Amino acid sequence: MHEWALAEAVISAVSQIAEKEGIREVTEVKVKVGELQQVEIDILEYALSQLKTEKFEKTKFSIEKAEARLKCRVCGHEWIFNKEKLDEKTAEAIHFIPEIVHTYVHCPKCDSPDFEVLEGRGVWLESIKGVK
Amino acid sequence: MVDPRISVVNERLKNIENIVAVSSGKGGVGKSLVASTLALTLAKKGCKTGLFDLDFTSPSTHLILGVQEMQPKEEKGIIPPEVYGLKYMSIVYYSGNQVTPLRGADVSNALIELLAITRWEKLDFLVVDMPPGIGDATLDLLRLVKNVKFLVITTPSRLAFETVRKLVSLLRGLEIPIVGIVENMKMDDSKFIQTQVKNLGLPFLGEIPFDNKIEDAIGNVDKLLETVFAKKVESIAAKL
Repeated sequence: MHEWALAEAVISAVSQIAEKEGIREVTEVKVKVGELQQVEIDILEYALSQLKTEKFEKTKFSIEKAEARLKCRVCGHEWIFNKEKLDEKTAEAIHFIPEIVHTYVHCPKCDSPDFEVLEGRGVWLESIKGVK
Repeated sequence: MVDPRISVVNERLKNIENIVAVSSGKGGVGKSLVASTLALTLAKKGCKTGLFDLDFTSPSTHLILGVQEMQPKEEKGIIPPEVYGLKYMSIVYYSGNQVTPLRGADVSNALIELLAITRWEKLDFLVVDMPPGIGDATLDLLRLVKNVKFLVITTPSRLAFETVRKLVSLLRGLEIPIVGIVENMKMDDSKFIQTQVKNLGLPFLGEIPFDNKIEDAIGNVDKLLETVFAKKVESIAAKL
């Protein structure tokens, strides 16, 4: 239920933005979830539904997955992260701290651990809509 | 695009009375040993204490404490396991003591992740073992964590102290409290560091003599707490 902590972060961040923007009622929140972190969407959705406050009564949470694209800083090779190639313990370690990917994954072309995550790391707020 | 994790960082730390970052300008001055021994000493005195190793690329507090295979409990986040009376958190639970090469942005991301998902219970002290210098982890801690104070470690080396001067200048510019400066690995009776600290207008918390028995105590907490080093750290802990 590590997703619960991330859901709390989403609710807290949206509440802070709504407060700042003078939004009384949040109608839509778009969340992007990077595949590197392997977040269980249904658990995240459940946690969001349980953590909702009054401001979120009519909120539609739209959660979209984003492929994790990695790019080697040494040879420039780009590839998509695939958790199926990892054992359960490794996949779980990356789930908790996505940067641990640098411990276990190397560039498939030149074997370097020096790569960047171009997209699809973790949980991001894409947009918020509401009534002022 | 907004990173939601940042909004919960201080919520996660709200039950901690004192957050003490053990820091230095240079590496190799004994930060991790001071941080670990300080945390153990505070716990021994009856304070609820946590130890958080933020040196992600070169963690070493787990070696000092002799932490073996262990995993944090997952409960709406992660709960730091208890080790020798300390709530202990380190990246090694996940990296398994293997090489973890991280660039600055990755260090920031890992730091924010751990701050956002770790559920610390009510603590009197959270001792943070910082990586050396004024890089990403230090800047992020300063940016994200309210109420952090710094305990700065130096050696008798003038080079080490020059880097401390820069760290102090940064902290002062940001109005971050500095608990004081500790001189570690002292080998003679020079008062150079003590005088320099006084000139900076900061508390000199004490000197720790070079202890050639300390290496034999790495990984053995009972032995560590019996060293001359630990006795000196105990007197420093009393000043916090």
